[in-house]
Amino acid sequence: MTKVCKDASEALAQFKSGMTLMSGGFGLCGIAENCIDTLAKMDVKDLTVISNNIGNSGRGLVKILIQKKIKKAYCSYVGGNPDLETQMMNKEIEVELVPQGTFSERIRAAGMGIRGFYTPTGYGTLIAEGKEVKHFDKPCILELPLHADYAIIKAQKGDKYGNLWFKETARNFSPLMAMAAKTTIVEVEELVELGEIAAEDVHVPGLFVQYIFQGKDYKNDIEFLKVEGIDS
Amino acid sequence: MSWTKEQMADEVVKLLTHGSSVNLGIGMPTMVASRITPEMDIMIHSENGVLGVKGRPFKDEVSATLINAGKETISIKEGASFFDSAMSFGMIRGGHIDFCVLGGMEVDAKGNLANWMVPGKKVTGMGGAMDLVNGAKTVIIMMSHADKEGQVKLVPACTLPLTGVGVVDIVVTERGVYKPNGSDFDAIKLAD
Repeated sequence: MTKVCKDASEALAQFKSGMTLMSGGFGLCGIAENCIDTLAKMDVKDLTVISNNIGNSGRGLVKILIQKKIKKAYCSYVGGNPDLETQMMNKEIEVELVPQGTFSERIRAAGMGIRGFYTPTGYGTLIAEGKEVKHFDKPCILELPLHADYAIIKAQKGDKYGNLWFKETARNFSPLMAMAAKTTIVEVEELVELGEIAAEDVHVPGLFVQYIFQGKDYKNDIEFLKVEGIDS
Repeated sequence: MSWTKEQMADEVVKLLTHGSSVNLGIGMPTMVASRITPEMDIMIHSENGVLGVKGRPFKDEVSATLINAGKETISIKEGASFFDSAMSFGMIRGGHIDFCVLGGMEVDAKGNLANWMVPGKKVTGMGGAMDLVNGAKTVIIMMSHADKEGQVKLVPACTLPLTGVGVVDIVVTERGVYKPNGSDFDAIKLAD
């Protein structure tokens, strides 16, 4: 079976309403632009979306957020995403805010087969409500894994087996999500032959990837451009 | 008397030790980066997946994939490294980061911190703050002494939803450097 497919539409052909979707990226850095654009055109709704920011500044996953396709969102930060803040305040969407380290660890746990873990993060806060507390060197709360039906991920380079290489800080949650989802779709800036990514440079082994395709028309938006010597 | 924001950042820098690792939060704490000198040999961590932030990039080295947790473009120094979010928060939660500098809405005498939501008014989310306050070896809060309505933010007991319980080591405001002592704040240094 070849993992290489034509585009996001082919990769997402079996994606349906009511499914849980993980989406890689930190803000707009490293987001799966082609998959998100395709989801915006698809007739799907009642989605549960697991993504650190659910887009930002009107872009990224905000495209499907404003179409009211998201029923529930798991994220760590909504500042800088006024559309999400508004839907949240109006109770049009259910949002579970998760501390970012717990967020990444819950995703990692799903991929690693860990059924739960204890952490001091969030103890004594609203996050701890209803959660089991256990005392180690300090009080900790029980956190459970986050699984998904699909993950959509963008990498700089990927080969035909799905081995991936990420550029700079674009890696963020993507390797964890690739492991946690039943079906992982990867779009790449450069689809390369086997061997072109040296084995020791592989960030995510292709084992975790079900579909890969050559992406196109990348915007790679910068949210806050800061340049040395220029005040902005 | 009171300090400027730059002077506050300098007070924070004086608390950092040579060769240490530091995570800087969004907002006022990002100013600290530009006040750290190369001689201090400090590694700045940003939780989106980089250790070794240098500062702002020159125009010809800007990269859309090279950002800090505030989603601002950055440059890196020699010796820097990139990693995924689990590794990044392993550095924080595993107790490997020496200092974190965060903003605050309220800090109380027991070292409790509130900085992620005002019920019914504003929710930004906690981002990595709850992980940082429980994981970093020393937690420094850099904030204005009072809010826009003039209410002092160093309080006997926090009224806003907490970010962490008994986690704050030091508070730097424009009026001085303070340490919560359980029932009050000790003034370590006052602005001159």
